[in-house]
Amino acid sequence: MGMRKGGDYAQLFWAMFKTGVLGFGGGPSVIPLIRHEAVKNYNWIDNDEFGEILALANALPGPIATKMAAYLGYRRKKTLGATVAVLSHILPSALAMIVLMSVVQYLSSSQIVQGMIAGVIPVVAVMLGVMAYEFGEKAIKGLGKAFGIVLFAAAFVLLQLLDVHDAIVIALFLAYGAFHFKLVRKLQERKSKNEASGG
Amino acid sequence: MDWLNLIIGFFLANVLGYGGGPASIPLMYNEIVNHYKWMSNEDFSNILALGNSLPGPIATKIAAFVGFDVLGWPGMILALAATIVPSAAALIVLLKLLHKHRQSLVVKGMSLLVQPVIAMMMLLLTWQMADSSIKSSGIWHFLGIAAVAYWAMERKKIHPAFVVCAAFVYGGLVLSHVI
Repeated sequence: MGMRKGGDYAQLFWAMFKTGVLGFGGGPSVIPLIRHEAVKNYNWIDNDEFGEILALANALPGPIATKMAAYLGYRRKKTLGATVAVLSHILPSALAMIVLMSVVQYLSSSQIVQGMIAGVIPVVAVMLGVMAYEFGEKAIKGLGKAFGIVLFAAAFVLLQLLDVHDAIVIALFLAYGAFHFKLVRKLQERKSKNEASGG
Repeated sequence: MDWLNLIIGFFLANVLGYGGGPASIPLMYNEIVNHYKWMSNEDFSNILALGNSLPGPIATKIAAFVGFDVLGWPGMILALAATIVPSAAALIVLLKLLHKHRQSLVVKGMSLLVQPVIAMMMLLLTWQMADSSIKSSGIWHFLGIAAVAYWAMERKKIHPAFVVCAAFVYGGLVLSHVI
């Protein structure tokens, strides 16, 4: 799907330009657009890898979408690719910012601009909701229904009710994840041993 | 010394700002207005308002404008580099390490366990977006736009760029009279 013509740099430029210019409302609204370009449109990475990049980008400080642009560029074409991706992502809006500062009063109070932003928010909500569903599906597939739901609940309690910082929650889950498969194997061994001695 | 201050100020504001660009805004405010006095409180809120009306990441737009205002084009480049390079380099190094150990069960377990957290973070973000949209445009506009957007993107597989543009047009023509 989409345009796959042109060299790697042209692809990087075009993908990151689009995500930078169409993403209103800062980082979070850009994430679904980046996923669309990187996973669906250009097939640079699969959905799992996108999830990992997003998790790490969330856990590290600094602007999220910019970090992801840098990594995707680097993954394709090393340092030069990272430079091209980041610049095409941020420069159009950064330059517009400098140029438009003179009409700041008009823009920030314009009803039409406010209306346009209000119109796009539900679209962003749908894109984020679809992503949430897809990541949830993946988690259930890998972890099983019961354990998956327990972990969703744990994440909800930590993030929303206890208001623990994203980075800390991700670190906690990663720490457990490091031992997850070892634990699963041990449990299975014990089970089969019990069955052998019982039967 | 302005050039060094630009580097230090924007480096600190972004390295300490966990949770992406919006989280860095109060830290940037502290450096720009309180510490280095590059701008008045009023200037900063104007920049923020404009930054929010324009697309693209917010932290880099602020860095670009303040850098330009203080030192011209070189200032813009310095402020942008200090904002982006440290955290982007960290992400690249960490993901490289991860890929080297792709086959290890430890890394596999970690990639699996990150999925529920990401799903929950996305869900909470969806909720926040929906909540703020319902507050500003009303529930029927929200549901209508969301339903059409879902149908267009998920059923008809229309590129999100077109859906976003259509939402802009609708918002500019209709919602500007509502909000």
